[in-house]
Amino acid sequence: MCTTCGCGGGNATIDGLALLLPRYRKRATIPAQSSYRLPGHDNAPLGAAHAPDMTPERILHIEEDILADNDAQAAENRNRIAARGLFALNFVSSPGSGKTTLLVDTIRRWAARTPLAVIEGDQQTANDAERIRATGAPAVQINTGKGCHLDARMISLALDRLAAERHLPQNGLLLIENVGNLVCPAAFDLGEAHKVVILSVTEGEDKPLKYPDMFRAADLLLVSKIDLLPYLDFSVDTAIRYARQIRPDLPVICVSAKTSEGCDAWLAWLEAGCAALQGRTG
Amino acid sequence: MHELTLAEHALRIVEKSAHQADATRVTRIKLAIGALAHVDPETMRYCCEMVSRGTLADGACIEIVHSPGRACCADCGAEVELKQLGESCPHCGSYRLDVCDGDQMLVVDIGIV
Repeated sequence: MCTTCGCGGGNATIDGLALLLPRYRKRATIPAQSSYRLPGHDNAPLGAAHAPDMTPERILHIEEDILADNDAQAAENRNRIAARGLFALNFVSSPGSGKTTLLVDTIRRWAARTPLAVIEGDQQTANDAERIRATGAPAVQINTGKGCHLDARMISLALDRLAAERHLPQNGLLLIENVGNLVCPAAFDLGEAHKVVILSVTEGEDKPLKYPDMFRAADLLLVSKIDLLPYLDFSVDTAIRYARQIRPDLPVICVSAKTSEGCDAWLAWLEAGCAALQGRTG
Repeated sequence: MHELTLAEHALRIVEKSAHQADATRVTRIKLAIGALAHVDPETMRYCCEMVSRGTLADGACIEIVHSPGRACCADCGAEVELKQLGESCPHCGSYRLDVCDGDQMLVVDIGIV
């Protein structure tokens, strides 16, 4: 029965038999509009605002960010990371830019400055975590399976794992190597202090323009493999100019893990980040 | 294909709200996707339809409201429309544009019965 005026046939019978409901309800379509309305009554006389046996559609206003739960988990991670005095970085790039090589080299050069831990993200294999562990540093490997990025929940679980193995350092570095992908990881906050985007000189110098979301999300650009520049047509200046079209004032450090060029500047950037964090947390 | 993950996030928001309201079915879902957001709207629509199969929102009409990108120029102060990242200020040519609108990804409202 219609809750507006009591009309309707839900309880009506003919000769004691329940009436079959009219078939028009099955054909009802749902046009997109944002007001109270009754499905199936688009052609009702005078646009009748009630109908027997119909539950009126209600509109629920939500206005919630699609990434709200990831962002909430990222905020939780950030608090946890800050409480441990860790300077956390999220390394993002295309596959093959040399992220893992750079991390292995960075860990060796960082030596005993502070303790550190690494979270590795790949669709498959534990190869990268094994390469990190070979340096003596603790590492957790996240395999995303079909997933194309790390998210805050995965990082929370990886932090649990590091803590359970007593490998979560106090005051030091937390290096997170994201899945090699210049698109998807841009949207997902993990709780890091900064995203560091790596662009190798064997890629196109217009990558920042082609994949702007990632370069906009990053706080540092590392131009890697610069030892190969003599063999390539890659213009570092052009790449930096493009990157700064997307993210003006983006700091840039050019590095080569092979020749060590630029590595001092990179380590100095890391030390400054750690020092600033210690200054803030007392 | 992070749209699939984002669609799963959106569906969780939809299902939570629908359950709280004792809904039997979600008839439509309105999303707001800014021009500068991290998603392709049509891929997002497809993924939303896919992940909602077998749920309260199975068959729901997915409506996507597009909002244009807007930015404030840090050099000349103009508020300008930004079709995509990497464009310069049409007034002074500066790239120092701070995005002030059009990067949102929201579940705006849902229709339930």
